[in-house]
Amino acid sequence: MNNTTIYIILILLFPLAGFLINAFLNKNLPGKISGIIGSIAVFVPLILSLIIFINLKKNIPAQTIYLSQWIITGQINIPFEFLIDPLSVLMMLVVTGVGTVIHIYSIGYMHSDNRIHTFFSWMNLFIFFMLILITGANYLIMFIGWEGVGLCSYLLIGFWFKNNEFNYAARKAFIMNRIGDLGFLIALFLMIINFETLSFNNIFTAHHILSQDTKTITIITLLLLVGAVGKSAQIPLYTWLPDAMAGPTPVSALIHAATMVAAGVYMIVRSNLLFRFAPLTMDLIIIIGITTALLSATIALYQEDIKKVLAYSTISQLGYMFLALGLGAYSSAMFHLTTHAFFKALLFLAAGSIIHALNGEQNLRMMGGLAGKLPVTFITFLIAALAISGIPPFSGFFSKDQILLNTFNCCPSLWIFAVLGSILTCIYIFRVFYLAFYGEYRGNSPDNHDDEDIIKPDKDISALHESPLIMTIPLIILAVLSLAGGFINLPQIFGGNNYLDNYLAIESAETGIDDTTEYFLISTTVIVVLIMIIIVWFRYTSKPAQGPKVITEMNFIEKMVYNKFYVDELYRFLFEKPYDFLSEKLLPTIEKGTIDKTVNSAGTLSLTLGSLARKIQNGNISFYILLMTLAAIAFLAINVFIL
Amino acid sequence: MNALFLIVIPFIASGLILLFRKSIIVKCISIAASLIQLLLTLYVLIQTNFSQGNILSFFIEWIPSLGINFSLNVDGISMFMLVLTNFLSLLILVSGINREPKRIGMFYSMIFFTQAAMNGVFLSSNAILFYIFWELSLIPVYFMVLFWGGERRQAITLKFFIYTLLGSLFMLFAFIFLYWQTSGIHSFEITDFYKIKISPAVQNRLFWCLFIAFAIKIPLFPFHSWQPDTYTTAPTQVTMILSGIMLKMGIYGIIRWLLPIVPQGVEHWSNTVIILSITGALYASVIALKQNNIKTLLAWSSMAHVGIIGAGIFARNLYSLQGVMLQMLFHGINIIGLFLVADTIENRTGTRKISELGGIRNISPFFSSTFLIIILGSIALPLTNGFIGEFLILTGLFKYYSWYSIFAGLIVITGAVYMLYIYQKVMLGQTNELSDSFIKVPWAENIVLIPVIILIFLFGIYPIPLLNLTEISVKGLLQMM
Repeated sequence: MNNTTIYIILILLFPLAGFLINAFLNKNLPGKISGIIGSIAVFVPLILSLIIFINLKKNIPAQTIYLSQWIITGQINIPFEFLIDPLSVLMMLVVTGVGTVIHIYSIGYMHSDNRIHTFFSWMNLFIFFMLILITGANYLIMFIGWEGVGLCSYLLIGFWFKNNEFNYAARKAFIMNRIGDLGFLIALFLMIINFETLSFNNIFTAHHILSQDTKTITIITLLLLVGAVGKSAQIPLYTWLPDAMAGPTPVSALIHAATMVAAGVYMIVRSNLLFRFAPLTMDLIIIIGITTALLSATIALYQEDIKKVLAYSTISQLGYMFLALGLGAYSSAMFHLTTHAFFKALLFLAAGSIIHALNGEQNLRMMGGLAGKLPVTFITFLIAALAISGIPPFSGFFSKDQILLNTFNCCPSLWIFAVLGSILTCIYIFRVFYLAFYGEYRGNSPDNHDDEDIIKPDKDISALHESPLIMTIPLIILAVLSLAGGFINLPQIFGGNNYLDNYLAIESAETGIDDTTEYFLISTTVIVVLIMIIIVWFRYTSKPAQGPKVITEMNFIEKMVYNKFYVDELYRFLFEKPYDFLSEKLLPTIEKGTIDKTVNSAGTLSLTLGSLARKIQNGNISFYILLMTLAAIAFLAINVFIL
Repeated sequence: MNALFLIVIPFIASGLILLFRKSIIVKCISIAASLIQLLLTLYVLIQTNFSQGNILSFFIEWIPSLGINFSLNVDGISMFMLVLTNFLSLLILVSGINREPKRIGMFYSMIFFTQAAMNGVFLSSNAILFYIFWELSLIPVYFMVLFWGGERRQAITLKFFIYTLLGSLFMLFAFIFLYWQTSGIHSFEITDFYKIKISPAVQNRLFWCLFIAFAIKIPLFPFHSWQPDTYTTAPTQVTMILSGIMLKMGIYGIIRWLLPIVPQGVEHWSNTVIILSITGALYASVIALKQNNIKTLLAWSSMAHVGIIGAGIFARNLYSLQGVMLQMLFHGINIIGLFLVADTIENRTGTRKISELGGIRNISPFFSSTFLIIILGSIALPLTNGFIGEFLILTGLFKYYSWYSIFAGLIVITGAVYMLYIYQKVMLGQTNELSDSFIKVPWAENIVLIPVIILIFLFGIYPIPLLNLTEISVKGLLQMM
């Protein structure tokens, strides 16, 4: 057993132990201790991941670690095996790094919840499954993590289980994910039948199948894509993610922004040696990516709930990653995944800090003028907003720029759409920024209380205060990462050496763009975005007391967007309602009306026949004689006439 | 000789228990007897080397002129079934540890009688012996449902009894037909049946005679209409026997008495049966969603699972059959756990109507977590037992014909739909008057739930011993076809 084996076992063991300790000791632990245990259970794997990262030698890039057997029968041999290579190590760093920060933040955020133990146990369980997902060395191990994170997502969305709306959202997330999972599962069957293995090493080196059987590879990749679309909330399986905001905000930050939803992107990058051979799938990924990016960015423009805006923003950013994947720019996708993990986690945690200060208020209508009251939150949110808008030198600028360049390289018309997307991005994020931090505080104006269900104490602006250090320090750490994260892959024109691209060493599409064009493209985008930020500034700060537009003032198109293009309603009409209808009607019609009726009538038939026969046995001798005579005549007749 | 003991011990226990009336003594004796039975089963398991194929365990002539012998045989498949029966029987007995049915001695005696007969079914290698044990197992179940059952039990048991009996008559007819086809001195021995050459046309008809008997027992769509009512009205322990063990007699029957005897008939009808089974699985899981009675919902869910097993048998390859073998055990474990949860809830709150429940998680988080884990096993989350079984079955189905697997795979979604629905309705949300009365579940009740949970994970993570146990016999079976 070499060192790496021990490290990987420990990396998986710590979150699992954290889960078990918090799950079983539960209320026997003080809340704070439980949070500390939970955080250590993620922090130690972070340190170990760093050690693995440092030890990762250039000449032995991939290392498969075999732990034990799992399923063996016939040709199927699927062991518990784990893969250490630059890609998985990068993911481990992102997951444990962002994970640790969010866990620490949660100690503060969840301190008053009396089920904090359960919260941390599930968070640790999530980290455990997420690590399995990214370190698994075959598709079935990946699938363990894949479904496991789905389970944790379900549990944590419905964390406040007394609210049935939250429970519904949790169920919706699980079931929509399962639709994707079925695609993944069928892809596994296809791979077993065709490759007779699920191990990455064996599949990606089976050149004779890969290069010759394009049809099979295309189907496999399409099915994997179904799985990725479900997990990464892309069109058409994205509607669960906005509802998933029902969970506590750290959950939204960790699971529904930084890590789990990026699993689909990771899976495609991991399978890039398959996807290369399926140009049809790649085109489809481009279409899904850019459509999702634009559609959800548009919806984000009109959302009132701060977390919903961020949720749609996540979907949109994931769309960008998919766009990059479709273009074959795998390492750009990973780069954006990494920076997005930083700045989107930060956006969520900063939003959480606002929500915390406002006693659970999430509606932008009730915010405003918070800049002075929540200074750390204000600054960190600004950094994240600049990062997501792609302003240099923030991290999002570099990663998004790479995607845009790749897009331009492929097809300039697509590039226009991609730029349009980043314009929308800066509009919706700065709309939130101005609505929350600028203008006047609207939380205590009486006409804004349309929400009767939840009675929240009116907060006086003077009573608001910044979150405690345990929450602000994580914000600052993430702000630093959002600021500087881009430098891990500094492009050559800015004097960098594309460290991340070289480190991952995934054969990606080359951009053959000369420096002048590149400068031109970059500066165009940045200038347009900056102008938009200023326009939004005037729009939202000109009338300081005013909140978001009220629905009654909206025109038709705005109403469509405000109502998310009625996609939820459409799905309910197309799937949920018919399913309910079928479920209600099958029993009385098919079951009772047909199948059971046939069985029962078979029973009744024998009873009827019996009672008929009983009538013959009536004890009347003359009747018997009559029957006898008739029978004798009949026999005679048959003998004479027929035979 | 050991094989004979496996049948005799439960019979003795069954008689012995009748002598006692005090509840505590009855329970002690039954658990002790059941434990001995399980240990003996495990002893036979360790003693036998299954790599050499079938091992004749016991043979005495009974009615030699008719070729009826008392012959018992153990191979990997029947060994697996014995472990399943005797292990799950123990679990079922323990699950009743703090229930007090009236005339408890009689009740437990009948459970042992059923267990003995079921062991006989899995051991018999003579058709008539098989048939006798098959019918013998039905009788105590009939009386248990009739005497200890719930609403409308007379009508429901009558239907159940006549329906299954009718199916068995077809089987008897097929056996007698086969008897006359055996060469030389006619015999009912399964080994002689295997040697018969039957024309394809006859096989096609003989197939249905045998299949209907097994399909009604399992039950496979559309021969299922006795099942939901019977499962609902039967006392919970009997429902556990029916769903956990007895339906596996039907599956075992197909594997042992149908596939190798009429292989061409099977070849001819397998598409029909697979389509029927998958239809049934989806049909049942859609209906399950709107059931308001927990036990009825679980009855439909059980039917959905066995539908997939049914389809897996007829895909007839190593993966699907290995999956079928494992899933038989796993389905048994999970369904017993689920029915126990349902029973506990009913016992506490006095209702099994889903609409009247809610919020139990507020009062007993541990109990609701165990329910959730069993649900996860049932909806086949990786690292739980259900995943191994369903994964292998679906892989096998895919190998047979990919579209079957895709449609069967839909239960991955539909299963989650109804299971998470029932979980939310019963466990989550606010408490109401009824669920408020739900007091903390005592440890005695968890004695069964905890092993169930352990087994769900154990077999989900480490299924290899089970796979090894059945692999050689399944391969042998495939060679015979």
